[in-house]
Amino acid sequence: MTKLNAKIPEGPLADKWTNHKAKLRLVNPANRRKLDIIVVGTGLAGSSAASTLGELGYNVKVFCYQDSPRRAHSVAAQGGINAAKNYKNDNDSVYRLFYDMIKGGDFRAREANVYRAAEVSNLVIDHYTALGVPFARDYGGLIENRSFGGVQVSRTFYAKGQTGQQCLIGAYSALSRQIDKGTVTMYPRREMMDLVVIDGKARGIIVRNLITGEIERHSAHAVVLATGGYGTIYYLSTLALNSNGSAAWRAHKRGALFANPSFVQIHPTSIPVLNDHQCKLTLMSESLRNDGRVWVPKQKGDPRKPNEIPEDERDYYLERRYPAFGNLVPRDVASRAAKERCDAGYGVGPTGLSVYLDFRDAIQKKGRKYIEENYGNLFEMYEKITGESPYEVPMRIYPAGHYTMGGLWVDYNLMTTIPGLYAIGEANFSDHGANRLGASSLMQTSGDGYFILPYTIADYLADEIKTPKIPTSTPEFDSAEKEVKDRIQRLMSINGTETATSFHKRLGKIMWDYCGMVRNEEGLKKALGLLDELKVEFWNNLKIPDTAGELNQELEKASRVADFLELGKLMVYDALNRRESCGAHFREESQTETGEAKRDDENYSYVAAWEFAGDGNEPILHKEELKFEYVKLQERSYK
Amino acid sequence: MKVKLRIWRQKNSQSKGKFEVYELNDVAPDMSFLEMLDSLNQRLVKEGKSPVAFDHDCREGICGSCGIYINGRPHGNDHRTTTCELRMRRFKDGETITVEPWRAAAFPVVKDLVVDRSAFDKIIQAGGYISVNAGAAQDANSIPVPKHNADVAFDTASCIGCGACVAACKNASAMLFVAAKITHLAQFPQGRVEAPERVKRMVAKMDELGFGSCTNTRACEAECPKGISISTIAKLNREYITAKLKD
Amino acid sequence: MIEIFSSSIGKKLIMSITGLFLMLFLLVHLTVNMLLLVGDGEVFNRAASFMATNPAIKIIEPLLAIGFVFHIFYATIITLKNRRTRPVGYSTTSSNGLSTWSSKNMYILGGTILIFLVIHLANFFWKLKFGTVEPITYGNETMANTYALVSGLFISYWWYDVLYVIGAIFLGLHLSHGFWAAFQTLGWNGTKWLKRLETIAYVYAAIIGTGFSIIPLYFLLFK
Repeated sequence: MTKLNAKIPEGPLADKWTNHKAKLRLVNPANRRKLDIIVVGTGLAGSSAASTLGELGYNVKVFCYQDSPRRAHSVAAQGGINAAKNYKNDNDSVYRLFYDMIKGGDFRAREANVYRAAEVSNLVIDHYTALGVPFARDYGGLIENRSFGGVQVSRTFYAKGQTGQQCLIGAYSALSRQIDKGTVTMYPRREMMDLVVIDGKARGIIVRNLITGEIERHSAHAVVLATGGYGTIYYLSTLALNSNGSAAWRAHKRGALFANPSFVQIHPTSIPVLNDHQCKLTLMSESLRNDGRVWVPKQKGDPRKPNEIPEDERDYYLERRYPAFGNLVPRDVASRAAKERCDAGYGVGPTGLSVYLDFRDAIQKKGRKYIEENYGNLFEMYEKITGESPYEVPMRIYPAGHYTMGGLWVDYNLMTTIPGLYAIGEANFSDHGANRLGASSLMQTSGDGYFILPYTIADYLADEIKTPKIPTSTPEFDSAEKEVKDRIQRLMSINGTETATSFHKRLGKIMWDYCGMVRNEEGLKKALGLLDELKVEFWNNLKIPDTAGELNQELEKASRVADFLELGKLMVYDALNRRESCGAHFREESQTETGEAKRDDENYSYVAAWEFAGDGNEPILHKEELKFEYVKLQERSYK
Repeated sequence: MKVKLRIWRQKNSQSKGKFEVYELNDVAPDMSFLEMLDSLNQRLVKEGKSPVAFDHDCREGICGSCGIYINGRPHGNDHRTTTCELRMRRFKDGETITVEPWRAAAFPVVKDLVVDRSAFDKIIQAGGYISVNAGAAQDANSIPVPKHNADVAFDTASCIGCGACVAACKNASAMLFVAAKITHLAQFPQGRVEAPERVKRMVAKMDELGFGSCTNTRACEAECPKGISISTIAKLNREYITAKLKD
Repeated sequence: MIEIFSSSIGKKLIMSITGLFLMLFLLVHLTVNMLLLVGDGEVFNRAASFMATNPAIKIIEPLLAIGFVFHIFYATIITLKNRRTRPVGYSTTSSNGLSTWSSKNMYILGGTILIFLVIHLANFFWKLKFGTVEPITYGNETMANTYALVSGLFISYWWYDVLYVIGAIFLGLHLSHGFWAAFQTLGWNGTKWLKRLETIAYVYAAIIGTGFSIIPLYFLLFK
């Protein structure tokens, strides 16, 4: 257990980052140009890191699988971005934001990291505003804030229900500026296939050019992974269809520890499954719960239309169970409550797997115009998909896989256990503990990229100024490239009968059933077996058409599913190991009499960081004990 | 429901393409257009045939990846909709649907329905930004921006760069795309500073990349999934002419 | 500054400025022509004579010619360039419900109007300028009897009437798009003005189109 050193600075919580920055070494501007940095991914984390490193004068190479950096999935974040500005004068502060995140994460995140994320949040808002991100404003021309997802202050900055898109366009524009200046070179339509480690240090990546199928080598003095989360492991999720966990998984197999892989947030407000062909679940922003009321009929299988059910026959179960927070309880609580009602037979819709989110009262009280202003585009989106107008009938919603709190283990400097390999944004595990608070992902991912990584990476690169350009002709590059090519060759030559998608669907079902919202020992053990069987079948019965030397979307999918099959097992191991309920991780064996999650601080107050031990072997657990010096551990109650 | 698909198949950018016809018999009205193509592709793969390549990602109308010319219109016959948001209930049972890639010299076909839209990135790189380094910004509330301007900025920044405007325009003009960005950044005091340089560089880049000129047919506005108005093009013209007059 | 006209927007600017100039001319032209419908032709002949002899008009006349030439020349350049922007066309296109037919066919409309213009110039302008038109005397003033020239043509040849009506309709269609598009290109447009200018464009196009149609029809039907 000595391997993990989180490098948390000494000193009082509020001074840790300041003290640490003062001690971080710098790289002379003249030397920066000689240093290459690879950034994989162009979401808010990747774009912000790449543009900032470019501004500082490093030689940056950026990769994304999409045709343009502007399409990364940060674009789909709806609700908002938090900051401790206290513009509303409701007694918000860095400390309060920190505390809400720690508590929201069910005391499974590092104090120092979370405090720092809260600390830099204000800078993030300033920067986006300067870049031209049109946050909502009031008539005085100043920025408007709203309350969001289980907190009691209004600290969320938003741009209608399109905050992620608007922020990403800002980050993308800054990245474009650096590309124009020549400090950043953009490589779109490239998928990272492997990490190259030379003498223990991350020195490059192997990518596949998705248009030509060519395998390319790229070297650098440091590699930054900003590759997002792995929520698409459930097949149906709120993520983009091509989002995947492969980059992180490849890094893991090269030696980077993977932390808390089973911590996956299930978002409570997604449009439910409509048919078998469905490929994704569209998220309806959580902000809707500010004005919408969640309910199911009091009568099981009530056949009446929602508007025909009178007030006293409706069960507003969130308001009933959690009077203090009502419809605004955190995501994990809302998700499980919906599942509980549906499992008990009160669910609505053709499948019985949905609950109502009703705007009738809000429209009556605040007027249709207010609702249009705030949620217009979400209502439009809902109507396009379902054919029903939420102005007329209540929305139907159900939980869906959304955000992975788990990710590559990083220290306080955001460096993984492989020197020179960094992980930022959703790709790392650091700031959200066992559950992420709404509107804090944009905040964390941008903070990492703009104001944390650019400082901490310099400390590492200060030792690299004498290292000449890394050649790509080394044996390590040779063997990594060969492994990638062999693996692709293996995938292409299976020539079975099933498509990658059908394997993905089956994988998703296993994960959702046994490692989703609710987990138990029996199910998890069963899942391990099922995953092994599926993996064997995959490698014997997969079918990929065409060749590897061209644009081949089936090959792309297959390669990602192959990694998911392995990552899925790690998630199950992690869920099995953690015999407590915390945040999004709910173990049936660990609950109170009223069915609420029961944490076990005595035995599980640690980060579970897993080491890859070779194909087919059980991963090795490393524990990073979490020390809480500034907050008192308490039961997370929203009653 | 049943549909007959006439789909443009083209192996790569060099090869000549042609239409091929496929029939699907089990299409659910709730399916999105892309889910319908997914199910066709599943069948093709199982039959050992080459599936239809198309760009897609978020599948919720915000990333701008998807873009298919469906029955003579970009993103198909629905108002303010991307291809991924288009639902099969918008088609008639038994309908023949013609499926083509975006057509423009500036957007060469990569494969089947996939086109290369990197020209849009190049235009943004030619000045579609406000020059501020991380760390250099003042407090977000130090510059008040009238609500009206913030709203206009939001509407124009909601461009997702899908390219439907170019695909729809008979001149394959990128004016709406450029205009949206110019209008967006012009709403902020800090965006005004480099406005003349920005508009000159972006227009020059747009011309260089082989997009046509605007003849005000309004096709772009009609097809924009985000409903961006051509009044932004007037704004672009105004900004450009003023900037040039000051030279 | 001058290189503005080499850009795509600059070329459109030339279309806009020359277009607006020509539209102003059309309004004056129509106003004078409407005098054909008044009395026995004296008013019209006096107006025509004034227009022919006024020194200001002498200056404007070549400008007008230059306006036409630039408008046509740049329309051709722009159209040729725009044709190259889509080497492979679509197999199917359908209406978006917003684009008008005129807006998509301005060059064809313009070309048709050009043919009409040539005939029109041969009919009247050429004869007045270089041919012999009967003089007429009012009191002690002698001037060309333009009225006789016009009425003669329109009364004797019904197909000219048809031709002129068709010409006027094409012109109206061209202007229904050209009018507001000119302002759009100049940058004088916004979300509110867009609607207003479109309405004004339709009114203006209707006035020009029907105005010029009424004249031949008046002679055909009532004289």
